[in-house]
Amino acid sequence: MGPILVAWDRRESKENIDTNESQNLLMPSLRYGSNGFYTMNTGIADSQSSTAGGKIVTLGTDTPMQLDCGVELGPYTVAYQTYGTLNADRSNAILVTHALTGDQYMADDAHPVTGKPGWWTLLAGSGLPIDTDRFFVICANVLGGCLGTTGPKDLDPVTGKPYGLSFPVITIGDMVRAQKMLIDHLGIEQLFLVTGGSMGAMQALEWAARYPDAVFAAAPIAGAARHSAQNIAFHEVGRQAIMADPDWHGGDYHSHDVIPSRGLSVARMTAHITYMSEAALHRKFGRRLQNRDALTYGFDADFQVESYLRHQGSTFVDRFDANSYLYITRAMDYFDLAAEHDGNLAAAFAGTKTRFCIVSFSSDWLFPTSANRDIVHALNAVAANVSFVEIESDKGHDAFLLDEPEFFEVLAGFINGCAEHRGLA
Amino acid sequence: MSSSDSIPVDQRPDSIRVDLRLIADMVEPGSRMLDIGCGEGALLAYLARYKNVDGRGIELSMAGVNNCVRNGLSVIQGDADTDLKDYPAAAFDWVVLSQTLQATHRPRDVLEQLVRISHRAVVSFPNFAHWSIRSQLVLRGCMPVTGTLPFHWYDTPNIHHCTIKDFVQTCRDADIEIEQAIPLNGDGNPLSFSGTGRFASMFAQQGLFVLRKKR
Repeated sequence: MGPILVAWDRRESKENIDTNESQNLLMPSLRYGSNGFYTMNTGIADSQSSTAGGKIVTLGTDTPMQLDCGVELGPYTVAYQTYGTLNADRSNAILVTHALTGDQYMADDAHPVTGKPGWWTLLAGSGLPIDTDRFFVICANVLGGCLGTTGPKDLDPVTGKPYGLSFPVITIGDMVRAQKMLIDHLGIEQLFLVTGGSMGAMQALEWAARYPDAVFAAAPIAGAARHSAQNIAFHEVGRQAIMADPDWHGGDYHSHDVIPSRGLSVARMTAHITYMSEAALHRKFGRRLQNRDALTYGFDADFQVESYLRHQGSTFVDRFDANSYLYITRAMDYFDLAAEHDGNLAAAFAGTKTRFCIVSFSSDWLFPTSANRDIVHALNAVAANVSFVEIESDKGHDAFLLDEPEFFEVLAGFINGCAEHRGLA
Repeated sequence: MSSSDSIPVDQRPDSIRVDLRLIADMVEPGSRMLDIGCGEGALLAYLARYKNVDGRGIELSMAGVNNCVRNGLSVIQGDADTDLKDYPAAAFDWVVLSQTLQATHRPRDVLEQLVRISHRAVVSFPNFAHWSIRSQLVLRGCMPVTGTLPFHWYDTPNIHHCTIKDFVQTCRDADIEIEQAIPLNGDGNPLSFSGTGRFASMFAQQGLFVLRKKR
């Protein structure tokens, strides 16, 4: 779901899994970049350095944002990236909404923390379906995130200490509200397109439901109108792993100069399994052994798949905040667009003029085709303008981040068709 | 090079199937239209380009859907038997079911859905009472294979064949008004006799009907 897998897919052909790196999982250490992304000694990262040159704006200074949980938040910061140029009548803006562990650096050549290409560089850039030569592309770190937008690792202005668990529980609706403030700040009345995968799809749906006039087109990819019981269950396992780590300290790990890296790694490992399909795991790893000829009769990472997961876990803790992981997974769990409309999903889209393109992937069992088809049925019930395609792929949920030419062609076709209707050459 | 040269081949006025052209000529500019079983989207593309129609499509095959969406058409993967019930009443001005009725599981329910969700419905289907079909069955004792029904019995997607006479009766039973009945030959060209009479029953390879809910 995050850039790591993309990075992995690109490197897997070149090199084998680095076992040294995965062994670090059992020896947590503070391995942070020199850019001060996490400055554990002070417990807080400076906002400018944490966005590593990205754009950042402080919003909600006059009126705080009313969160769904009832708390008022403000002022708060939103860190974002833009690509391309806004046209004169401000009609060519695309908002890309990121997934659980994604961030605003979606189309950067080199991520400021990982150094890897952004998570949608296959899809967004010059001449690509999300064409930065034609469109002004915006991507903002979500509320509750850890790459510059206000989240639990930031200082609570009241106490002067990191929020930790005193940060209010946020929702997908709150994330979208914060994005709307950003879009207003940028002087954009109507977005040409809102698109994103997974949790990004949830945000795209929320945008279309809450601000129909501000969304000309929406392309929720591999998403759902609500988080399923199974998905909540997996998230709960991840959260419990983090909270069971003694280094978590009730969320107050910053003041102990540690991070719950073991718990966060396990959370990531669990989640990572859900992003892949059995077929993809089998194709990549099968039962192959990791840098050894025989079983060791111990609990080392004998199998490549174990080593891979450990690698995923250990690299994840370098770029993600454990409390952010708790808050953002919670926001996904709470998402139920129909519930906000008395259980009637179609009512969320009543009278919509937005053009929709729903995309699912055949082997995605986390956000399966059936969940995406539910959205299509709701949109049909209000006779909305909707396209729906299921892309044949064995790569599971992560397919939306990977090289899927048919997906790219479909999205490009949808965007071009919408651009024609919007009068964008 | 004139600008018309850049129009893709399948969108030129004379390049869609004759029977689709017949349908396209009925649809008023700017109307809302749903094409069920839209295939590669030839009719939708034509109507979007030449009549500014707000068109949607439903197609069973993923390859067809993907091709449509790739070309900027609003098409969902779905099927006539299950997906029509979602739409609100009178959501469309026109709904088109071309050469698909005989492949549905519950054709009568489908017909009722068509006139519920749209003011007018265009339905076309191969006439199973055409003389060539009758003769293959009677004289040769074999399941007919013709230009409009090119399949063998074991690989045909067509599970509910009907004749023009059957169709007229079913519409009557379901309180569906036939506004227009056009008999077509194998190429989809209209024939000059009545669309519901004995000539049509014997000599029309296809029937094309404009339906609406009886008031």
